[in-house]
Amino acid sequence: MKSSIRFSIKFIIGLSLLFAMFIVAMVFGAAETSIQDVWNALFSNLKSDQINLLREIRFPREVGAIVVGAALAVSGAIMQGITRNPLADPGLLGLTSGANAALAVTLALLPTTNYLGITIACFIGAAVGAIMVFSIGAIKKGGFSPLRIVLAGAAVSAFLYAVADGVGIYFKVSKDISMWTAGGLIGTNWSQLNIIIPFISIGILISLLLSRQLTILSLNEEVAVGLGQKTVQIKTILFIVVILLAGASVALVGNMAFVGLMVPHIVRAIVGTDYRFIIPMSVIVGAILMLIADTLGRTINIPYETPVAAIIAIMGLPFFLLIVRKGGGAFR
Amino acid sequence: MIQKELIHKQRMIVVILSFLVLATAIISAGIGYSSLSFDRLLPTLLGHGTFKEEFVLFSVRLPRIVITLLAGMALALSGAILQGITRNDLADPGIIGINSGAGVAISLFFLFFPIQPGSFVYMLPFVAFIGALLTAFFIYILSYNRKVGLQPERLVLVGIGFSMALSGLMIVIISSAERQKVDFIAKWLAGNIWGADWPFVLALLPWLIVLIPFIFYKANKLNLLGLSEPVAVGVGVSIEKERIVLLLAAVALAASAVSVTGGIAFIGLMAPHIAKSLVGPRYQLFLPVAILIGGWLLLFADTIGRNVIEPNGIPAGVMVALIGAPYFMYLLLKK
Repeated sequence: MKSSIRFSIKFIIGLSLLFAMFIVAMVFGAAETSIQDVWNALFSNLKSDQINLLREIRFPREVGAIVVGAALAVSGAIMQGITRNPLADPGLLGLTSGANAALAVTLALLPTTNYLGITIACFIGAAVGAIMVFSIGAIKKGGFSPLRIVLAGAAVSAFLYAVADGVGIYFKVSKDISMWTAGGLIGTNWSQLNIIIPFISIGILISLLLSRQLTILSLNEEVAVGLGQKTVQIKTILFIVVILLAGASVALVGNMAFVGLMVPHIVRAIVGTDYRFIIPMSVIVGAILMLIADTLGRTINIPYETPVAAIIAIMGLPFFLLIVRKGGGAFR
Repeated sequence: MIQKELIHKQRMIVVILSFLVLATAIISAGIGYSSLSFDRLLPTLLGHGTFKEEFVLFSVRLPRIVITLLAGMALALSGAILQGITRNDLADPGIIGINSGAGVAISLFFLFFPIQPGSFVYMLPFVAFIGALLTAFFIYILSYNRKVGLQPERLVLVGIGFSMALSGLMIVIISSAERQKVDFIAKWLAGNIWGADWPFVLALLPWLIVLIPFIFYKANKLNLLGLSEPVAVGVGVSIEKERIVLLLAAVALAASAVSVTGGIAFIGLMAPHIAKSLVGPRYQLFLPVAILIGGWLLLFADTIGRNVIEPNGIPAGVMVALIGAPYFMYLLLKK
């Protein structure tokens, strides 16, 4: 009981930080706006250039950042839980590149596909990429060792990116593909968000419901079976959730590695190893991280945009190294 | 002592591979966007061709063939060394981040230094070398443990992390650049053989001429390093010194190749591996085979990529990844 009270306090602090960061992200940018404008854009019917800009461009964009950050963080947390692998991340394990390849194929073969169709293609691609990596990792006994999984992920990703490149060049759609994949949050609008947000909300909701099972699963397979858990079913559902979350994120922002890796590790340092706490906290920390990265991307090099993916990748490396270092003795 | 039969077998394989390389080179010279039919190859080569035929052969196709061959050889050799010093069959200069280090250096150089036409070509391999060296240095430091020394597995993991982060850094650099330069760097990243001209051959060749004999001279040391550390120390190898020297050589080879061809991975992984499965793990024996296979693979991939769609073709790096990644997965499955 005590721990859940302590968690509530941390959660509330997290929420207020998220809100503060959201305001910061709304205020700063290439166009000059003030807190007054942000207030008016959110809570009034006033109209001016500044307010319209905030409503139509910056607001959907920051909402996109929050949603994607949350989705990637949760999918990373789930993957780390299922595989008991501290290096699991949708970007490292082939989901992102799979969705990317599916995106390329869809744009090449069915150029008139609407946004929903592309989102679904991303789900399928993410599933294919993940299945490739996991089947390579799982066929041999002890296959889920971090080294093997990361190597398999690197190889599958290289392959799928090559497929995407090849398809893009062959069908002369590489411009369109890179608009999607390198674009990040640029040009996020409400109609995209209307399609993406339901998927991500459902994914996060299911993962919250299953968080207790995930905690048990993350301890030990035998313990989970012994406690009467239907591990295969739970794993399958969680796997689908991961694909929903990662696929939807790719459909919105393109490639984004390291978020799913970093956030659960930060969160574990704050709330411990219980997934009932890890998952809601991951939602918040992931969202804050993406907001920071996106704000940096928009402000480092005004008026040009620095892609969010690049900023995240640079922030992520020290983390990756730290995790590798920490787990050094156990890497076999 | 090495068995006579094994040496014999190795000679046979080297001869067969040389023919294969030659045949692929001839085919590669004969097909392409501009017409130059096979029956005109020999006359053109001997100087009896028309101006157009001579131009296509001597200024377009031959330099490209030579460059791909040399670069493939350098990458294969680099991979062979890396696999030896990390004692990991899955090491490859592309996978463990050396390529992206070279890439970042080249992008920086491109964007922030004035380009002088004369020295530019010869500067690129040096710039790539510095970038690759710095990256290798960091990867080495971070996977070094004072108690146990270099940890080969950690080296691979750290390398993968570096390669992802450096690709990110490259995007940052690119995003603040002019449009034409961006196009060039994007193509470079995909492994488009862009430096297909004779000066680039001259920029690449010295590295190979110096380093190939050097590696053969070190072959026995590599054999010993591949065994296990106590054994290597026991027979009098000063491990750390040898490792650093060999790592430098591997980085130099990879960097010089990548600087002309762009980001190409997997050759350094596949070629030594195929060679080892053919003639066994002795460096003296499998190095020549690996070098030939590496050259052939890249030439083969580029010839296909160049002709799949005209006139631009698919970058060789993409072709190599399409062939190489499944091979890599197969290796992972088998281990």
